[in-house]
Amino acid sequence: MTTIADDLARLEDIVRKLEADDVELDTALALFEEGVARLRAARERLAAADLKVQAVLEEAGGDLRLKDLDA
Amino acid sequence: MASPYQMDLISPADDVWSVTKLTTAVKRMIEGEIPQIWVRGEVTGCKTYPSGHCYFTLRDSMCQVRCCLWRRDMGRAGKPPADGTEVYVLVRAGFYEAKGEFQLNVQRILPSSAVGRAQQELERVKAVLHQDGLFDPARKRPMPQFAATLAVVTSTAGAALRDMITVARRRWPSARLLVINARVQGDGAVEALVRGLRLVNRLTGVDVCILGRGGGDREDLAAFNAEAVCRALADVRVPTISAVGHETDISLTDLVADLRAPTPSAAAELALPDQQAIERTLNGLASRLARGLGNRARLGLERVDRAGDRIDAALEAVLDRHRHQLTRLSAQLDALSPLRVLDRGYAVPTDSTGRVLKRRADFAPGAPFNLRVADGEVPARVEPE
Repeated sequence: MTTIADDLARLEDIVRKLEADDVELDTALALFEEGVARLRAARERLAAADLKVQAVLEEAGGDLRLKDLDA
Repeated sequence: MASPYQMDLISPADDVWSVTKLTTAVKRMIEGEIPQIWVRGEVTGCKTYPSGHCYFTLRDSMCQVRCCLWRRDMGRAGKPPADGTEVYVLVRAGFYEAKGEFQLNVQRILPSSAVGRAQQELERVKAVLHQDGLFDPARKRPMPQFAATLAVVTSTAGAALRDMITVARRRWPSARLLVINARVQGDGAVEALVRGLRLVNRLTGVDVCILGRGGGDREDLAAFNAEAVCRALADVRVPTISAVGHETDISLTDLVADLRAPTPSAAAELALPDQQAIERTLNGLASRLARGLGNRARLGLERVDRAGDRIDAALEAVLDRHRHQLTRLSAQLDALSPLRVLDRGYAVPTDSTGRVLKRRADFAPGAPFNLRVADGEVPARVEPE
């Protein structure tokens, strides 16, 4: 699963390639399309965010269990 | 030889201070410059006078200083110490003008055996952790740029957790907080904190660990100075932030953690990325993306334009060549044209169909014909026989 960090790193990479003059036009178009998709994914990721707060509980046997806390 | 005019060494212009003026100035300096402080030393020559005031000397291996414990302060300050005791005294620096003596006015006295234990333990732990390199700046790990999951070791009952949740929700709502509840003060706090910190290492996907609690009395923060807690914090495998108490309190966990935050809210700020900043970054990347493609396309169009220009130029050259040829040919054609002959006075007879009449036989007596001359045609007729 990609993260917002991956999205940002790839976007930075794409933009830098596009900004270089020696990229072929069809490559540039492909980069642009991927960039737009990445942007949309990153924005959706941010918009969908909902803080999760969970308590870590240790069972008698030593196993760990997560329980949602009302935040 | 001694001069009877030694007084000449002092000119009337020199400012001569009285003893009172000097001692007053010194008093002002000393009492103005030195704040109320704790001083540690050994008591000697302690004596209480009939006035009720008590005087003693405080010394260490190199120096000593006179101390006064005034009768009016005695109730609050504590009992006059016995000679040879090591004490902490809370003092204001003073200057006794009548004797020209520097002295400390004592406000409180604590035998170091009493204070001592907590303070000495703190110093022992600090020394041993320092020796083991736990405060070493080279040990400090950087915070990840995009922490998504925080492990928080704190009391679920405290304000610290609420504050961190508030900050996380505002700053980075995609975060996940894994809360490990632990007593943060009183009996069992050290064990609870150590257990909590060890649990962090058993969780997967944790980016940063925050050890925190809200402010409290110095005594309440004691667990965060415990050696076991410091060592457990140092053993946490992800970058750590210590956020203990309010801004002015510093604990040993603050020194051991990779980062110290003045408050739990500040810890959440330091640990989590800022959504608004990332949105700004995304907007920046979006416009660079568009501009990047635009530039690339413009570059392509320019190249097409340049190619077009070259084709145009080539065509032009070809046409030019042909145009020249045509001009020359048409000039030649022109020169060869029979019509040019008419200019010189010749005429061409043609019949009504335009056939050129070249021989006698072409002219029937009485027949009409045309004479073509330089500027047109003239109707004519063959004489009848």
